[in-house]
This record gives sequence, C-alpha cells and structure tokens, in this order.
Amino acid sequence: MFELIVQILSWVLLITGSAFVVIGGIGALRMPDLYTRMHAASVTDSLAPILIIGGLLLQAGFTLFSVKLIAILLFLLLSGPTASNALASAALLSGYRAQHSEEDKT
Amino acid sequence: MPPLPDAQPRPEPTLAMNFERTPTLARTVSLSLLLAATWLVWSGLYKPLLLALGAFSCAITIMLIRRMRFFDEETYPLHFSWRLVRFWLWLGKEIWSSSIEVARVVLHPNLPISPRTITIESPSRHNFDQVMLGNSITLTPGTLTLDVYDGKLKVHTLTDEGAKALLSGEMASKVTTLRRSS
Repeated sequence: MFELIVQILSWVLLITGSAFVVIGGIGALRMPDLYTRMHAASVTDSLAPILIIGGLLLQAGFTLFSVKLIAILLFLLLSGPTASNALASAALLSGYRAQHSEEDKT
Repeated sequence: MPPLPDAQPRPEPTLAMNFERTPTLARTVSLSLLLAATWLVWSGLYKPLLLALGAFSCAITIMLIRRMRFFDEETYPLHFSWRLVRFWLWLGKEIWSSSIEVARVVLHPNLPISPRTITIESPSRHNFDQVMLGNSITLTPGTLTLDVYDGKLKVHTLTDEGAKALLSGEMASKVTTLRRSS
C-alpha cells in the first residue's frame, strides 16, 4: 500500500515536471523577444528539475543514487541562474533592448 | 582562523603558483579531506587507477581554488545554517507560485505579458547578498537579473505584478537575514 502511494506520488511529480518542460518550450516559441523568451524557458530551468528529480528521488529511495540526484539538482539550481545571467548581460551589453509596455522605457 | 583584514594591500595575483601560508592551511586541509571523502563515497570503486585519478582531481581543485584566492574571502564554503534551508523552502514556494503564473501567461490565448525593466536596491554591497539576491531573482520564473552594479540590480520582469512583488522588497529582506548567523 505504502509502495503504491510512493509510486503514484512519484509519477505525479514526474508528469507535472514534464508538463512544465513542455510549457517552457511552448513559451519560448510564443514570446516576442529574447528576455521574455528567457522567462518562459526559466520554468524549464527551475521548477521542472525540482519536480522531475523529486519524482526520481521517490523512485530511488534512501540510496546513494538519491545523494547523487540531490547533488545534480543543487548543481542545476546553482548553474542555471548563472548561465541565464551571463546570457542576459551579454544581450544587454550588446545593446539588445527589451520590448516594454508604455510606462517605463529605461 | 580569521581572514586577512581588508586594509592590508594584497599582492597582485600572478600566474606563478602563489601559495600563502598564513590563513589558508587549516582550510586547505579540511577542504582536501572533504573532497577526498566525496570522491570516495561517490565513485564507489576502489581500484588504484581511480584512486590516483581522484587524488589528482582533488589536488588540481585545491590548486585552482588557492590561485583564485577563494580562501581569503570571508565566505567559507563550509558555512551552513538552518536559515539557508528555511530560505530555500521559501524560495521553492516562490518558484512554484511564479511558475504557475508564467505557465498561465504562456498558455493564455492572448499572451498577456507586460514586460518591465526595474532597478532595485541590493540590501547591501556584500558579495554574498548580491549573488544570493540576483540568483534567487533569476531562479524565480518571470523575473530575470540583467545586471548588478553599484549595489543596484537591474531586473527584467515578465509581468507588472512580478515587478511590483520585487519592488515590495520581500525577497531582499529575506536575503539579508541569511548572513547574520555566520
């Protein structure tokens, strides 16, 4: 019974995570400019790995694999924003202007 | 061991190996042990070749870190506090709610975005605060740190609501509480 609950929970996490990956992809296609595309893609970057690795953790149980999975998640969550930051500031430095609504054109 | 006080002029880093003896020995040793333990536990294979490769990787890592003068900073990588765990839980909640929001915007037929670029004040000029705040902002979907300068952060947000939430300064105040315990 307990096993079944863990399995169901694990698959719920895996499928929700995958759904967010797909949504991130759709968003990256639909958004109008680079920065807004990055916002959409950051769903794939942050929430999706948390959910997917959370699901895999439930599959792995208390083993060495879990420790490795947690380490992978930690590295993803630390390197993801760093890469996004590098991309965003490269775009900013090269003079790429964000498309804004009317109120603040900075 | 206390870190070097900032007032002392630091020698320019050179390309040659520049091992300082004073503040870093204990830290070097403890980090070496930590690296070695990590390698042993994670590889799980105890063949001579792999052990030698592990020792080699640890030595290279230590050398690089010493050359980067990582040990001279007041942030020591082994600092850990429960505040950090609490912050991560809070950040997880933020990531969840803003992911839902971004997903809603993405899947909405009209794509109701209202992008803004705002400038917020960093709680302090401390490296740790700025990195923590900048990365937390980027990690949260719908907000993206573009630039950090003069204790200010330039942030691009997908929606007006996201910009208002950041301007309220909640995340900045959470970040400032992190460093007090150390």
